[in-house]
Amino acid sequence: MSGEQKAIKAKRSIYFKEIGTLLMIAVITIITTSIQPAFLSAGSIRSILLYIPMPIIVSMGMMMVILSGNIDLSVGSMVGFSAIMVGMIIRDNPEFPVWAAFVLSTLIGLGLGMFNGLLVSVLSIPAIIVTLGTLNLYRGLLFIIGGGRQIDPNHIPRSMIALAQKSPIFNIPWIVIFAAIFAIATWVFMKYTHSGKEIYAVGSNSQAARLRGISVNKIIFMVYSITGALSGFAGMVYAARNGYINPSNTGYGFEFVVISAVIVGGTSINGGSGSVLGTVLGCFLLAVIHTALPVLGVSGLWQQAIYGFIIILALVMDKTVQNNQMKQVLKRGVRV
Amino acid sequence: MKDRGTPIVSVKNVSKSFSGVTVLKNIDFDLYPGEVHALLGENGAGKTTLVKIISGVFPPTKGEIYFKGKKTAINNPHAAREMGIALIHQEPLTFPDLNVTENIFVGHTKEGKSPTIDWKKKRERARELLKSLGVNMDERALVKGMSIADQQMVEITSALSQNAEVIIMDEPTAALSLGEVETLFKIIKKLKKQGKAIVFIGHRLEEIEVVSDRITVLRDGEKVGEMQTEGTKKEQMVQMMIGRSVNEQIHKENNKIGEPLLKLEKGYVLGKFKDISIEVKRGEIVGMAGLVGAGRTEVAEAIFGLDPLQKGKLFYKGKRVKITNPKQAIDKGMALVPEDRAKAGLLLPFTIQKNVTFAILKKIAKFGWIKVKKEKQHVEDYIQKLDIKLRDMKQEAQELSGGNQQKVVLSKWLLTTPDLLILDEPTRGIDVGAKAEVYKLINSLAQQGKGILMISSELPEIMALSDKVYVMCEGRLTGEFERKELVEDKIMTAASSSLHVKEVASK
Repeated sequence: MSGEQKAIKAKRSIYFKEIGTLLMIAVITIITTSIQPAFLSAGSIRSILLYIPMPIIVSMGMMMVILSGNIDLSVGSMVGFSAIMVGMIIRDNPEFPVWAAFVLSTLIGLGLGMFNGLLVSVLSIPAIIVTLGTLNLYRGLLFIIGGGRQIDPNHIPRSMIALAQKSPIFNIPWIVIFAAIFAIATWVFMKYTHSGKEIYAVGSNSQAARLRGISVNKIIFMVYSITGALSGFAGMVYAARNGYINPSNTGYGFEFVVISAVIVGGTSINGGSGSVLGTVLGCFLLAVIHTALPVLGVSGLWQQAIYGFIIILALVMDKTVQNNQMKQVLKRGVRV
Repeated sequence: MKDRGTPIVSVKNVSKSFSGVTVLKNIDFDLYPGEVHALLGENGAGKTTLVKIISGVFPPTKGEIYFKGKKTAINNPHAAREMGIALIHQEPLTFPDLNVTENIFVGHTKEGKSPTIDWKKKRERARELLKSLGVNMDERALVKGMSIADQQMVEITSALSQNAEVIIMDEPTAALSLGEVETLFKIIKKLKKQGKAIVFIGHRLEEIEVVSDRITVLRDGEKVGEMQTEGTKKEQMVQMMIGRSVNEQIHKENNKIGEPLLKLEKGYVLGKFKDISIEVKRGEIVGMAGLVGAGRTEVAEAIFGLDPLQKGKLFYKGKRVKITNPKQAIDKGMALVPEDRAKAGLLLPFTIQKNVTFAILKKIAKFGWIKVKKEKQHVEDYIQKLDIKLRDMKQEAQELSGGNQQKVVLSKWLLTTPDLLILDEPTRGIDVGAKAEVYKLINSLAQQGKGILMISSELPEIMALSDKVYVMCEGRLTGEFERKELVEDKIMTAASSSLHVKEVASK
C-alpha cells in the first residue's frame, strides 16, 4: 500500500436538509391544492406573507441559540413584555413616533435577553431551566406592570398598522421586508464575521473552542442578547399585524412556533449545524401548514398536533442522518 | 555533539503532583528548533503530563520553563498557542460542522482588527499552508466525516497558520492506518525542514526509530535517559522503559485452576475489536496486557453487556449465553470493576455504607425497605475482610484515598458473590502499599475458585499475578502466553506490534 493520502474534496451535499424542507413545502402545497384548488390564491399568499415575519425575525436569534448548543424558551414572553411596555407608552403618548416604538421595544427585549444570557453563561445554569424560569417571570411581570389590560386597536397608531398592509414594492408588506432584511443580515453575520463562525465552533465542540481561545461565555451571552432584541422588535411587528397588544395572547406559545421552525429547518438540536436558509424555509413550512389547514376545513385544534408531529419527524430524520454518519466514521475507524 | 544554539523550549527541574500523588519528578527537558524529540515511556510514565505543562494545560507544581531562553509562565493553552506552542491532541479537537478553512482560522481574531473575515484570502492562505505540507485536501471540504488522520492535518495546519514554532503531538499515530502514518511522517519531515521543533509521543519503538532525532525516556514520572536515536538499539529502549526489576511485593499464591468459566470465540464489535478469543477458568488469573486504547476495556464491556458483542460466541459455565445488558451479566455471576472509579465505580457523594451495599439492595431489603441492621453487618464484614481504612461507615466515599476507594468498589461487587471478576486497571492511581493489598486480595479470590480477568497496563503486575496473558494491539489479539513463557520484552513487542508500522519501518 502506498502512503499517498487520498484527496479530500469538497462535497456539495450540504444543502441536503434544506432540500428536505423545501420538498415538504412542495408536497403539502400539492396535496392541499389537489384537494382544494382554491388554496393557490392571492388570499393564501397574503396569509402566508403575514404569518412569516414574526417567526423569521425571532427564529434568526433562536437559530443562533440552538447552534450554540442552547435553547431559549422565553422568546414568547419577551415578545409580550416588550410589546406591552411600549404599548403603554403609545397609549399614553399618542404622538410617540413609530420608529421610536420599534427602537424602544428592541432595547427592552435586549435587556431581557441579556438577563437570560447572563444566567446561562456566567452562572452556567442549564439553559432550559433559566429560560423556563424567565418564560414565567417575564409573562408574570408584564401582567403586573401592565395591570393586565389590553392595548386596544384605537391606541395603536394608524401608521404602525399600515406597516402590515402597505407595501413599498410588489405588494409585499413592510413587515415582510423587515424580516427579509433581518434574514439577510443574519446570513452575512453568520458567514462573514468571527463571532458568527464562533457560534458554530462553540456548538460544534465547545472544548475545542475554549482551547482555541474563543470565549464561550461571551458567545452565549451574545446569542441570548440578540434573541432578546429580535423578540423585542417582533413585539412591534405583532402590534402592526394584529392591531392590538394583549397581555395573555401576545407572544403566548410563540417559543413553540419558533423552535419548530428552526428544527424543521434542519438546525441540529445538538448545536453546531444549521443555516439561515433552512430556518427561513422552516418558517415558510409552518406558514404553509398554518394556511392550508383552514382551507382543508381542518379545525385549528389540529394545528398544534400537526406542528408537533412535524418536529418529531424532523428530529427523527436528523438522528437518522447522524447515526449513518457515525456508522461510516466507525467503519473507517476499524484498523483491523 | 554539534552545537545546536539555544533550545526553543527548556524545562528545568519540573515536578507535578495531583492531590498529593507525584506524577513527574524533577524533569529536565530541552527542545531545539529543527529536531524531532521523542518522548518514550510506558502508560502512566508522565509523558502526557509533561507536554500538558509545556502547552499550558496546567502549571507545574515546581520548576521553571524557558521559552527562547527567557523564563516564562504559560498560563493557558491559548497563551501557549500565541507564543507558538501547539499541542495536537490524540483525538483531534476540530469542529465537525465547519469546513477546513474555517477550522483552521476560527478563533484567530488577533491577526486583524476587522470583525469580518475575508474568506477568499483565508482560503488562499489555507491552500498555501496545506500545499506546503503536501496535503491534498480541498480547503472548502467539511470536516465532518473526515478520518482522524485528516483532522490531524487540519489541526497541524491551524497551528502553522498561527506561526507555531513548537508542535507537540500526543500519540498521533494511535488511531492511524499504515498509509496515514506514512503521510504523517512525511509531514513531520517537512515541518522539521521548516525549522519547527517537534515533540513526538509514542510507545511504538518502530515509529520512534523512523521519525525521531533524539529520545527522552520517562519511567514512573522520572527521566531515566536521553539519547540520540541514531545508534540506539530497540532492546536498549525497552530496557529503559521497563527498567525496574519485578516488584518484590507481588507474590503469586498457589491457586488451583479448574474447569472453564468464560470463553469468548471470535468476538467482534464494530470499530472496537475483531477476532478476539479468550478463555478464563475457575481459579485462574488471566492478564490482559496492551497499550491504552488497544481495545481491552471494550472487550470487557462487551462481555459484560455494556456494549454487547456484534459477532462471536460467548460461553459461560459451559453454556452458550447471550448478554445484552449488565443486569444479565450480574445475574449470571459476573462482576466488572471499572477503570474509572470516580465515574463508573463509585457514587462519590454517597456514604461508604451505601456504596458497599448498592449492588445487593434487593437481597437485604424486605418489601422494598432496606434492613439497616443487615446492611450494617455486611459492610462491617467487608471493612474487616478488606481492611478498608475509614473513620466511619457514614463517611462519604469521596473522602477516601484511591486505594480504599478501590476496596469499597471491590466489596460492592464481592457482595454479589460473583464467580467471574473482570478487573479493569485495578491498581490505577493507588499507592504502593495499597497495591500490595489489592494483589493479596486478587490472589485470595483466585484461591477461592473465582475466575479473574485482569486488564492492566502495568507489566510487573501482569507478570507477577497472571496464569495466562493475552496481549492486544489495535483491537486485535497479538499474543497469548502461558505463565512459564512470560517475558516482559515479548509482551511489550506484542503490545506494540502494529501491523502497519512494521511495513512503514521496513521501507
